[in-house]
Amino acid sequence: MYGMLIAIGSLTLIGLTLGTILGAAARQFAVKEDPLEEELKAMLPGSQCGQCGYVGCGQYAAALAKGEAEVTLCAPGGKVLIEALANKLGVTADLSGHEERVPEHAFIIEDLCIGCTRCIRECSTDAIMGANKLMHTIIVDACHGCAKCVPVCPTDAIVMVPVQVTLRNWHWSKPEIEQTQPKQEVAHAH
Amino acid sequence: MKLFPILGGIHPEYRKELASEKAIVALPMPVALYIPLQQHIGAPAEVLVNEGDLVKKGQMIARSGGAVSSPQHAATSGRIKAVTDVTAPHPSGLPQTTIILEPDGKDEWGDLPEPITDPFTADPHAIHERVAQSGIVGMGGAAFPSAVKLNLGTQKKLEILLLNGAECEPYLTCDDRVMREYPDEIIDGARIMAHALGTARVVIAIEQNKPQAISIMTKAASAFPDVEVVGVPVQYPMGSERHLVQAITGRETPARKLTADLGVVVHNVATARAVHHAVRFGRPLVARVVTVSGGAIREPNNVMTPIGARIADLIEFCGGFSARPESIVNGGPMMGQPLASLDAPVVKGTSGILALTAEEINDRPTSACIRCGNCVTVCPCGLSPLDMAAFIRKDNLDVAAKLGVMDCFSCGSCSWVCPSHIPLVHYFNYAKGVLNDLERESRKNERIKSLAEVRIIRIEKAAEAKRAALAARKPASDAAPPSTGGEAKAATEEKANT
Amino acid sequence: MSATSIKKSGPFAHGYNTVQKTMFLVLLALAPATAFNLYLFGWPAILLFAITISACVAIEAGCLALAGKPVKATLADCSAILTGWLLAMSLPPWAPWWVGVLAAVFAVALAKHAFGGIGQNVFNPAMVGRTVMLISFPVSMTIWVAPHPLFSAGSPGLFEAFAITFGGHMPDTMSAASALGYIKTELSRGIAVTQSMGQLPDLMDMALGKRAGSLGETSALLILAGGLFLMFKRIISWHIPVSMMGSLFLIAALFHAIDPARFTSGTFHLLSGATFLGAFFIATDYVTSPVSKLGQIVFGIGVGLLTWSIRNFAGYPEGVAFAVLLMNSLAPIIDQYTRPRAFGRSRKGEPLPLEKKP
Repeated sequence: MYGMLIAIGSLTLIGLTLGTILGAAARQFAVKEDPLEEELKAMLPGSQCGQCGYVGCGQYAAALAKGEAEVTLCAPGGKVLIEALANKLGVTADLSGHEERVPEHAFIIEDLCIGCTRCIRECSTDAIMGANKLMHTIIVDACHGCAKCVPVCPTDAIVMVPVQVTLRNWHWSKPEIEQTQPKQEVAHAH
Repeated sequence: MKLFPILGGIHPEYRKELASEKAIVALPMPVALYIPLQQHIGAPAEVLVNEGDLVKKGQMIARSGGAVSSPQHAATSGRIKAVTDVTAPHPSGLPQTTIILEPDGKDEWGDLPEPITDPFTADPHAIHERVAQSGIVGMGGAAFPSAVKLNLGTQKKLEILLLNGAECEPYLTCDDRVMREYPDEIIDGARIMAHALGTARVVIAIEQNKPQAISIMTKAASAFPDVEVVGVPVQYPMGSERHLVQAITGRETPARKLTADLGVVVHNVATARAVHHAVRFGRPLVARVVTVSGGAIREPNNVMTPIGARIADLIEFCGGFSARPESIVNGGPMMGQPLASLDAPVVKGTSGILALTAEEINDRPTSACIRCGNCVTVCPCGLSPLDMAAFIRKDNLDVAAKLGVMDCFSCGSCSWVCPSHIPLVHYFNYAKGVLNDLERESRKNERIKSLAEVRIIRIEKAAEAKRAALAARKPASDAAPPSTGGEAKAATEEKANT
Repeated sequence: MSATSIKKSGPFAHGYNTVQKTMFLVLLALAPATAFNLYLFGWPAILLFAITISACVAIEAGCLALAGKPVKATLADCSAILTGWLLAMSLPPWAPWWVGVLAAVFAVALAKHAFGGIGQNVFNPAMVGRTVMLISFPVSMTIWVAPHPLFSAGSPGLFEAFAITFGGHMPDTMSAASALGYIKTELSRGIAVTQSMGQLPDLMDMALGKRAGSLGETSALLILAGGLFLMFKRIISWHIPVSMMGSLFLIAALFHAIDPARFTSGTFHLLSGATFLGAFFIATDYVTSPVSKLGQIVFGIGVGLLTWSIRNFAGYPEGVAFAVLLMNSLAPIIDQYTRPRAFGRSRKGEPLPLEKKP
């Protein structure tokens, strides 16, 4: 009887102590902003292009953190970002609908440009140079290919073109292992 | 002199005898020279000539394009035929901007800068300037602008100028021949460089498989107590800058540091000769010795080639192909790059053109890794190639990066030794390319992020100003709303200013 | 040559070493010891040897075909022959045919192909084959015979050999105990090592292989010669054999010095059982041992100490196979912790500090 009391008493004491410590710690080290949201925001491109359907990257990050948004919505981020987000959030990304595109940038067909500046207002990264009634051009280094400028052009002068492979950014592709596969053996047999 | 061991390494078949006894011969001037704007690490040069211009030999036809860059000079007198895109000497076969020069056959030197009469009392800056203006880049293959490397003396205390005559790549004999035929020019150039760098000693390291070069250079150096010629063991990749420094000084260059941080600057022997020409005669770098060799070349040779000669011209001069080449390699067989086209020109970093037969290359189909560990044993960088390749194969590049794939300098020892013929170096080249891409991408994203932030702040400020203006005007009754067109114009003008 | 697409980067020179060549050299190194032991144990051993290797090759071919991998090209790497060879060498010399075949199934199908084929297996296939058989069929796997050299009196002829191998007619009079087994049995009966050692062949005979034991493990000297040949050819390095035998010898000698009545000497441990075969040919298996030299030393020491522990304290008189398998399971983690230091970096991967002049 006495032993049982001691057991109950000590367990209660331990529970109370730990509970107090945890409670105090939660209050002491409370984080105002959701750290996950901040981390997600840092992972997003941050160009505020709005193609995901949210106003900007911050809003998309918030939605992601709450689990309200799919991880596949960010077009400029591409497959790499989708996988990183899925990894971060511990979900499996559905890549079936995702079409991996090659990196692109906008290109202004100068003969068609009338200098209306609509694209300049649309561009979230100031990647379009030009002034009213003057021809515009794209600063390729600042363009991340969100394609928001394409629909606003009244003369269809903006097209998306793939980023060119040059001597500066060319690199070896993944080796194709010529490990004799069964298919090849069939080929040998013929 | 006491030497120190280096890690790993292999002993491939050197096959230097194919060309080592062939004295340097000059290539007859081809019908056209193709001089690319980028023959070096760094920014491309900027064109100074127009189509139809007449130029003299040694005239600068493109100027340095930045702090790390190098000018280009006409390798002979003639007429500029065009400035256009030409296939680069590169495995991709991609084009690059190239000046096409039609020789007039006179090979007349233009007005050259005055020789520096007494370089050993001259201001080091004058020598840097001369080397930079002469378009000299590292001639061992990396083609790093030499003047930038010579400037290291102004930032760091240097002790040794190490002249790299190891030439550890199989087949290549161009440095061997230059050392045997022009020892005095090399030593003079080296001493000028040592003066520019402020180093007290010059050490010339030559692999022991070049006994003639060692004896000739030793003899030529005997007059100068500060110049020392050292025979280093035959062990590929002895000619790697960091490993050669370790063999000579016993010190290991820390990752992400330069050998200059240890007080040692390494230059190639042919570079020293180019410095001699630039300082003593004012002649820029317009020609270099190229070893043309390999089992598929009829008459292997060491050819003094004007910069810009097509590789096809060079091969034709050496009798063409005697067998079907499996690969044409720019440089040595271990670290050289395969060439997609023979129309590409010889550039300042071209040490060799090899036409190799399938038997010489001895590549076989890849089989499974048996974890023999030979790649780990031979890796001069202390990496684990088999593990890195396994992770790269599964697209796990992050882990490969942690294992040090970026420390690999693609010396090829692991691929050479692998009994399963796994293309290890190809995996690493691929991984390095992708990791570099990702890094570039993330830099660009950072930039774009900040651009977007700047824009948001600006728009907010503009809105604020508008509200303030509106508020100020309100009492003065209903003024006309500000036109949006004007605002946009203001915005773009502001942008143009930034 | 016009512009062609380049598929492969350098290097454009390759050594002449191949997997096939490596395996062939190992077989060559094994040949003298094997030939001598086949001679010692006579026709039944030759039959078992042939059966085991054939079974391994046939099972390998079957597994490859099932997995849809190229059969001929992969068989040519000789790895199945090597597995079968080592497996046969670790079986009792007069074991019946089904022992060889079943062992081959465990070795090739279970230990090798279930893990993905050559290069993928965690455990040494031959040792898996041997130990699974030993645990499953302890009686058949521990019937040893004293050497009966071919054509000598008492050596079974070809017909008798067929009866032994295929009919299971093991002549009772032939059986003998292995040295390790004998010592263990005597110890359990309370007879001191010092006494029972007197009943065993002297150490020189043991080194030559004139003792009861597995088909190919008894001739320490010839195995040593084969191992030295492999070292000379740079197929194996000294690290695993030296660290394994060194640690085995040291710990055995230490305990022998403390209590000679209970523990046998270091030399005895080296020369008995599968020590030499294990050190030079089993533990050095590329696939299942660490790749770095430091890792190999750790691995070898582990095998040596475990072998001694199992021989002395576990239920089985011989421990090399178990010790190798146990260390096999640790090889990946040993590899992870013994990666060589990268040039210019500390062991942790940080760039080295820029030291002042030495």
